[in-house]
Amino acid sequence: MPEQDLIERLQRSDEKSGEEFVRTHAGTLLRVARRYLPEDADAQDAVQECFACAFASISTFRGDSGLGTWLHRILINICLKQLRTRKRRREEGLDAWLPVFDSADCRIESLRSVEPADVLLERREVRARVRDAILQLPESYRLVVMLRDLEEYSTREAAETLQISEGALKVRLHRARAALKIMLEPLLEGEK
Amino acid sequence: MSFTRSAFMRRLRGLMFGLPGMLDCREFEAFMLDYLDGQLPAPQAKVFERHLRMCPECQVYLAAYRTTVELGKAAFEEGDDGSLPDDVPEDLIGAILAARAASDGLA
Repeated sequence: MPEQDLIERLQRSDEKSGEEFVRTHAGTLLRVARRYLPEDADAQDAVQECFACAFASISTFRGDSGLGTWLHRILINICLKQLRTRKRRREEGLDAWLPVFDSADCRIESLRSVEPADVLLERREVRARVRDAILQLPESYRLVVMLRDLEEYSTREAAETLQISEGALKVRLHRARAALKIMLEPLLEGEK
Repeated sequence: MSFTRSAFMRRLRGLMFGLPGMLDCREFEAFMLDYLDGQLPAPQAKVFERHLRMCPECQVYLAAYRTTVELGKAAFEEGDDGSLPDDVPEDLIGAILAARAASDGLA
């Protein structure tokens, strides 16, 4: 069913269209929720809440974006809200994963060369290793990377969503990316 | 010995980077995010690029950093290696639709 027809039917509370809507988008939403909420029960709760919000506000959906994009944004906000309400454990810092400089502030770089990303991505296990590295980051750094680099939020949007200043966001993003680079060094050189 | 030569060359670069109008590697690091986002004003971008041309360590670092960002973006792309199966439990679908029916019933 074309999306515009689906939207109109949903706004009329058509039951069959509601089921089509859920079945079309639930899988993708669950995949996304699991990135933020590793516990499956939490991810499923977030998806359920996302659809509840969507059905409640479909009458005001203006079609500025597609339904998938709209749902995605609702879901991200729900996931972040869940994370904020949790009791936060003291996070490890990233000091062990920062660039190294000598006493004259010159970089000491351990890599000698870097394989291009498209070549690296031809290897089946690379995506899984990068995902693992991202998931290893402390939560406050991981969320910044996920919103800016994966979800492609702007600096302003990501800062507002995470309720931090743009300056703080930029510092965390840079540190997170620098840490990931160090974690992935064996892979970046094209290890066999 | 290559290690001594490398340290010597780094020391030489350190002296150069201390000259007026030059960045050292730590300052280069501080400007990287804005440079990659195209947010660095042109005069500062020129100084940044001057350091980049003269510093092999920062050249490799920047290449590795860019590749890391690209890999990060690709890491969660749909339909890659199936490590996150797209399975949706039927009871979740049922719960979502039941909640909607209940909500419509109350409306």
